[in-house]
Amino acid sequence: MDVLTLSRIQFGLTIGFHYLYPPLSIGLGVMLVIMEALWLKTQNPVYHQMARFWTKVFALTFALGVATGIVMEFEFGTNWAAYSRFVGDVFGSALAAEGIFAFFLESGFLAVLLFGWDKVSRKLHFFSTCMVCLGAHFSAVWITVANSWMQTPAGYHIVTRDGVPRAEIADFWAMVFSPSSMDRLFHTLCGAWQAGAFLVVSVSAWYLLKNKFNDFARASLRVGLTVGLIASLLQLVSGDSSAREVANYQPAKLAAFEGLYQTTSNAPLTLVGYVDETDQKVVGLQWPGLLSWLVNFDTHTTVTGLDAIPPQDRPPVEASFLFFHGMVGIGFAMIAIAALGFFYFRHGSLHERRWLLWILVFSVLGPEIANQLGWFAAEVGRQPWIVWHELRTPDGLSAVVKANVVLASLILFTVLYFLLFAVFIYLLNDKIQRGPDEQDLIPSGKLALPTKSK
Amino acid sequence: MATGTAVSLKHFNASTHYAMNYDLNTVWFILVGVLFTGYAMLDGFDLGIGALHLFTRDDIERRILMNAIGPVWDGNEVWLVTGGGALFAAFPDVYATVFSGFYLAFILLLFALIFRAVAIEFRSKQPMRWWRQMWDIGFSAGSLVSALLIGVAMGNIAWGVPIDAKGEFAGTFLGLLRPFPLLLGVATVALFMMHGAIYGLMKTEGALHDKLRGWAMNSIIFFVICAAITTMATLLYVPHMAARVRENPWLFSLALANMLAIANIPREFYHGRDWRAFLSSCATMLTLMALFGIDQYPNLVFSQPDPRNSLTIYNAASSQKTLGIMLAIAGIGVPVVIAYTISIYWIFRGKVKMDRMSY
Repeated sequence: MDVLTLSRIQFGLTIGFHYLYPPLSIGLGVMLVIMEALWLKTQNPVYHQMARFWTKVFALTFALGVATGIVMEFEFGTNWAAYSRFVGDVFGSALAAEGIFAFFLESGFLAVLLFGWDKVSRKLHFFSTCMVCLGAHFSAVWITVANSWMQTPAGYHIVTRDGVPRAEIADFWAMVFSPSSMDRLFHTLCGAWQAGAFLVVSVSAWYLLKNKFNDFARASLRVGLTVGLIASLLQLVSGDSSAREVANYQPAKLAAFEGLYQTTSNAPLTLVGYVDETDQKVVGLQWPGLLSWLVNFDTHTTVTGLDAIPPQDRPPVEASFLFFHGMVGIGFAMIAIAALGFFYFRHGSLHERRWLLWILVFSVLGPEIANQLGWFAAEVGRQPWIVWHELRTPDGLSAVVKANVVLASLILFTVLYFLLFAVFIYLLNDKIQRGPDEQDLIPSGKLALPTKSK
Repeated sequence: MATGTAVSLKHFNASTHYAMNYDLNTVWFILVGVLFTGYAMLDGFDLGIGALHLFTRDDIERRILMNAIGPVWDGNEVWLVTGGGALFAAFPDVYATVFSGFYLAFILLLFALIFRAVAIEFRSKQPMRWWRQMWDIGFSAGSLVSALLIGVAMGNIAWGVPIDAKGEFAGTFLGLLRPFPLLLGVATVALFMMHGAIYGLMKTEGALHDKLRGWAMNSIIFFVICAAITTMATLLYVPHMAARVRENPWLFSLALANMLAIANIPREFYHGRDWRAFLSSCATMLTLMALFGIDQYPNLVFSQPDPRNSLTIYNAASSQKTLGIMLAIAGIGVPVVIAYTISIYWIFRGKVKMDRMSY
C-alpha cells in the first residue's frame, strides 16, 4: 500500500479508537454533575453512592481518552506535515486554546474529583466536578471548531511565502464561528451526552435484570433515561440543522450522503437502501421530495447532485451513504428506545418488561456506533479535500515519511489498541460486576459533616 | 551562526510591518520555552518516580509512590500537550519538520507515554501478581523511555540536524542516535530520577522515606556526573551552544546560577530539607533551559551541516496576527491555570495517605 492509504488508515484507526472515550467522558461528566447536585439537594445517600461509582467508571474512560488523545496531537506533525504547514496559523491556535482552556481545567480538577472526596468540603467537590465537566465540554468546543474550519473554512486568507501557500487568520472570530462550527459542536455534544446517559442506562438495566443493587439501579435509571431522552430529541433537531448547513456549504457531501447523482427538485430522501455506484443510482425505499423539503421546507427546492461536481472532486459515494444512513437510523432508534424506557419507567413497570431491559442493556452501543459513523461520514464526505476546496488530502502528507515506516507504526498501533481495548472491557466489566460500594451509603471524612446551610 | 542570523534578519524585516518595538516571535520563543520548562519541572518528577519504580519490590511501597504522583501526573502531562500545541500554532514549520523528521522517535515516545498513563490507571485494579508485575514494568519502562527520548530530542536540537533547502529533515532515524544526543538522553534520565526521588521524599515517611534517601543520594551523584560530562562535551564538541555566553560575558551569571543550584541540591538534601532540595532541582532545570534557549536563539532547529537552512523564530513562524491572538489566549488562560494548579497542589500537600480511592 502507498503512504497515503497507510496514513489515512492510521489516522482513521487512531481517531476512531480515541473517539470511543471522550464522548463517554463528556456524557458521564454531565451525569456526575447531576448526581452530585441531587445528592447536595436531597441528602439522599444513594446519590452519593451513584456519584462515587460513576466517578470510578469516569476515571477509566478518562485515562484511555488522555492516553490515546496525545497521539492525535502528534500525528498532525508526524504524518501530515504539509497539512500542518498549511493550516498551522489557523488550526494551531484552536489546538493551543484547547490545551490552555480545556485540558488543564479537566485534568487539574479531576484530581479533586477522584481523590478529593475526603479532603475537601462537599461544595468544593461539587465545584470540581462541574469544572471537570466544563473542561470536557471545552475540549469538544476547540477541536470541533478546528475540524469545522477544515469543512467550511472562514476568516482566513491564503498567503504565499517562499513559493509555498498557506492559510493565515484574517478574522479570528469568523474562523471560530465558521458556518458549520456551532451546528457541528451541538451535534457532537448531543452525541456525547447520549453516550454517557446510555452507559448509565445500560449498566442499571443489567442490575435490574439480575435483581441486584435495585435502589441504586432505579435511581441511576431515572437520571440516565431522562438525560438520554432529552439528548436524543435534541440530537434530532441538531441533525436536521446540521444537514441543512451541509446542503448550503458542502453540496457535494450532501449528494454523497444521499447518493443523489442528478441535480433535481423534489429530491427524494432514502429511508433504507444502498448505492449502486456503477449504475449511479440508489436502490431502496425512498420518500419523494422529502430531501428538498428538509433542505428548504419546500419540495420545489433544487438539490445539487453529483453530476454538478467534477468527478475528481467527488467524495466516495457508497461509503458516505452507508455511514450517514447508519448514523441517522441509530439516531431514530435511540429516540424510540429512550422514549419506551422512560414511559415504562414512569409507569413503574419497567422491571417487569425483561425484553425492554435487554434492549436497554445493549443501548450504549447505539450512541457509540453512531458517533463513530457520524465522524466517518463527516470526514469521508469531505474527501478528496483535507481542507475544503483549499488543500487535497494527498497534498497534506509528510514529504519525508516513507510507507514502510508508516506500516510499522500502523501495526504497532493496531496491536497496542487491541490490547488496551481488551483491558478496558475487562476492567469495566469487573467494575460493573462488583457494583456500587455499600460503604458509600455512609459518607466519610469531610463529607460526613453537614453542609453549612443546614 | 553569523550567516544564520543574517538570514533570519532578512525574514524579520520582511515580516514585521506591525510593530518594531516589541517582537512577538521572541515572546513566543520564550513562552514555548516556559511551557516545556514547566513540563520538565512537573512531569519530570512523575517520570523520575516511574524510572525508580522497580527499585522497590514491595507492593505497598510501589502503590505509595504511584499515589504520590496520582492526583497530579495527568495535569503535568498537559504541559507537554499544550507545549506541542503552542509549537504547532506559533512555529508550524518547526512542528511539521521535527515531528515528521523524527517520526519513529515520536511514535516510540507516544507508546512510552501511553504505557505510562494506562499502567497507573490499570495496575492496582486487580490483585493478581502477574497483572501488577506487567503494569509495573509498563509504568517503569514507559517513564524511562519517555525521559530518554525527550533528552535525545533535545540533544539533536542542540547538536543540529540536517535540514534541506525546503526546510525538511534530511537525515535518518539512526542518525539521530549519535553519542551527544544519547549522552543528553542519559543526563535527562538522571535529572528526572533525581527530581523524582526528591519529590518522593516530600510525599513519604518512615521506612520508605529512608529508602528514598538512598535513591536520592545515588541519583544526585549520577546526575552530577552526567552534568559534568555533558557540560564538557558541549564546550568541546558543540561550540555554537556556548557562543552567545562567550560573546556576552554577563550571561555567565546564568551558568553560575545553574552551578550553584546544582551544588545546593546535596546541601539541602544533607540537612533533610526536602522541599528546598526540590526547589533547587527546579532551579537547576530552569537555568539549564534558559542557557539552552539563550544559545539557541533565534534558531529553533539548528541546521547542520548547512546553518543557512536553520529554522528560526522568524522563517518558521505563524503570522504576526496569529502570534498576537495566541498571546491574548495565553494571557487570559495561563494565569488562571497557574492559580488553580497551585490550589490543587495545596489540597494534596503532605505525605501520601492511602484510602480506597487510591491507585
